[in-house]
Formats: sequence, C-alpha cells, structure tokens
Amino acid sequence: MINVSKLKKGIIIDHIEAGHGFEIYKELHLNDIDDVVVLLKNIPSKKMKQKDLIKIETDIQIDMNVLGLIDPNVTINFVKDGEMYKKITLNLPKVVEGIMKCKNPRCITQHEDVKEIKFFLVNEEKKQYRCEYCDAYTTFMEEE
Amino acid sequence: MLKGRHLIEPGDFQIEEIESIMELADNIITNPKGYSLVCKGKLLASLFYEPSTRTRFSFEAAMLRLGGEIIGFDDPNNSSVSKGESLGDTIRTIECYSDIAVIRHPREGTARLVSKFAKEMPIINAGDGGHEHPTQTLTDLLTIRKYKGGCDNHVVGVCGDLLFGRTIHSLVKTLNRYHGITFIFISPKELKMPENILNQLNPECYQETTNLDEVIGDLDILYMSRVQRERFVSEEEYLRLKDYYILDKKKMKKAKKDMIVMHPLPRVNEIATEVDDDPRAVYFKQAKCGMYIRMALIAKLLGVEEIQ
Repeated sequence: MINVSKLKKGIIIDHIEAGHGFEIYKELHLNDIDDVVVLLKNIPSKKMKQKDLIKIETDIQIDMNVLGLIDPNVTINFVKDGEMYKKITLNLPKVVEGIMKCKNPRCITQHEDVKEIKFFLVNEEKKQYRCEYCDAYTTFMEEE
Repeated sequence: MLKGRHLIEPGDFQIEEIESIMELADNIITNPKGYSLVCKGKLLASLFYEPSTRTRFSFEAAMLRLGGEIIGFDDPNNSSVSKGESLGDTIRTIECYSDIAVIRHPREGTARLVSKFAKEMPIINAGDGGHEHPTQTLTDLLTIRKYKGGCDNHVVGVCGDLLFGRTIHSLVKTLNRYHGITFIFISPKELKMPENILNQLNPECYQETTNLDEVIGDLDILYMSRVQRERFVSEEEYLRLKDYYILDKKKMKKAKKDMIVMHPLPRVNEIATEVDDDPRAVYFKQAKCGMYIRMALIAKLLGVEEIQ
C-alpha cells in the first residue's frame, strides 16, 4: 500500500469509479495547475471494491460541473488546516457548456468551428443532453 | 414587440406574437396596396445554401410586394463559401449591407449559429436541414386559421416522412401550444416521429399508426408530406418508402366533409392529382398563404407594419 501524506488544504475527490480518475484529471485540467496533485488508481475499497481518488492541494476554485457528467457518484471533500470542513455529492448539471460535442452528423457544429456549445439536460437517467443548435440528443459517454 | 428579433424556430415567438403576425397577414390579404411600399429602401439578403424554389420565391416575392429589394445567392458555389469563408464572417459582412436576412442551409442548427453573429439584422430561418422550418409553420397556421376558423381544437393527422420532415416537426411543436389539439402520426416504422419531438408532447394527446385508412375519418386536418430523397443515404431505402402512402379519391371518401388536406409542397406521388379538384384540398392555397405570412413577418421584424 502506498501512503500519501494527509492534505492540509484543498480538495479530495473520493469514490471515483475505478478507471475514471485520469478522465477527471484531464477534464478538470489539473495538468495546468502548479499545486500538488495526486491521482491514486485502483485503491481497495469496502464499498466499491476498487476506486480512484484525487487530492489537490490548492486554494484556487475548480469548476466541478464536469464531474457530475463523468461520475455523478463521486464525493468531494474540502479541507482547510488539515480538517475536512465541507463535503458535497454531485448531480448531473442542468446545462453544460464547452465540454460535450454534438453527435448528430448533420449538426452545423460538426462542420463549422463552433466553440462553447451549450447542452441542456433532458433525461437524467439516460444522461441525455440536447444540443442548443440542432436539438439532437447526445449522451455524454456516447459523444466521446 | 417583434422588431429586430430573429425567427429561428417557432418557439422563439409567443403564441400571441404568432397570432399578431397572422392578423397582419390578414390585413395584407385584404389591402395589399396599402402595404406595397412599407419596405421601400430596405434590403433583404436571401442566402440559400441549398436549392429551393418555393421558399426562396415566396420570400423574394414577399419583399418585392412590400416595396423592398433583394440581394443574395441561391448557389453557395457563387459565394465566398467556395473560398472557405466561415458562416460567421459571411453574416458579419452581409449585415453591413442588409436590413434583414433569410437563410436556408443543409446543416441543422445553422440559423441559430448565424443569429449569434448578427447584432442588429434580424435572421429568418428558411430551413436548416431536417431541423426547423418556422416560416412554413407560420404558413400552415395561417392556412388552418383561414380554412378551419382558428388553430384550436382540431384532430390533426400528420402523414408520411415524420422522421426527416422539418416542416412537420416545427408544426407539431407549435400546434401543441394551442388548445385542444390531438395528433395522429401516420408513418412507416422507419420514418416515425423522433423521440425528441414526442417527448415534448403529452402522451394522451397523440397516437401513432402505420395505417392511414383506419384513421382518416377521425381527422379535421390531414397534413401530407413527401418522402425526401435528399435525406436518405440509401437509394434502395428511399425507393422502398417513397410511395408508402398515396392519398386518392377513394381514401378521401372516408374523410370528413370539412376535413382539409395540407401539404408543404413540392408533391411527388403522395397525393394523387385527382384529389386536386376536391374542395378540401387546400395545398395550393397554402402556398399563397406562405407569401402573405412572409410579408407580415418581414414587416413585423423590420418594424414597418403601419400602412403608409
């Protein structure tokens, strides 16, 4: 078992489904921050058998919106002075911007350089979102 | 207030606003001369990125009959698109010259995208792929208002290609905002109404069937549509489905005496020509309504609806 020292300040993203940790690392652009970031993969877990976990020692605010899309079951713990002071669980975001791409081959966004496309949640269970341009439904995992 | 607004899909306007456009269309029909100069000095940019006769002519006729003028193209190969110019740049340039623009494009969502670049020039969506065709919807509503006395309380049969039929999607979503509308969707299984449209309807307000004969007697309005060759990847699939429904005199005998038959045109085989003389067939009158409603829309968006 590898030991990683206790976080003094920052964010712990826990209960990440095993294998999703690196995806979250990429989507949160953690490669771009200068603070300490630790990504742990395949940690034994009683509840999940195996899980991933990310620790970020930082003061900066991170947009967690995308996490709800990738893995809505994660837990986010906020740490200050070595103590956890806030814990949140996630829901699917109602609106997503700049993260997803439309899967409809006839959508204009597939043919013109369109940035920051908005998607609106239409079905939480199926993780379906509606494209603001063509209204076609796209599922988050499907569009990858 | 509709002045300066875009029309990308019918949902952009409230029902009261749509009704006000239809009221203006009624006034224009009654007194066309009174409106023949309201757009004098105004320019309409007609940007047709795919072939269209009917829609383009009706927009251009509408602008000319209001006293305005037209610039534009009907073949993108004759525009800067052929040089690789982005849609955003094209629109920003055209806005320097025009007061209002009409755009038809084969890609879905194009009009919405373009409207984000136009700061002051109203954009009218004249069809974006299989997605929306709001001015056809306004045309259809004016036809229903004129020949059925209003848009509330009807059983509406929609028949043909419900999957790719953009006119149908726009019409269904808009009629659904009126009171007492029941839909009967009639299509082959391969061309059923898409899930994203059905999800917007109350499940008690529609039924789906493949059999036109069984339901024609229940309808107040029968909206026929063409199976569109250009939406199919497989020619074989198109040939198999194109003549799935043919409305003929025999079928019309089962229909109510005051049912109306509508069609966005062009027609191929789905309505036999023998039906044309039936007083219930209003599809050519519908085309005329298309020009008047576009006149009313242009006048409203330019804020020039007062008779001069």
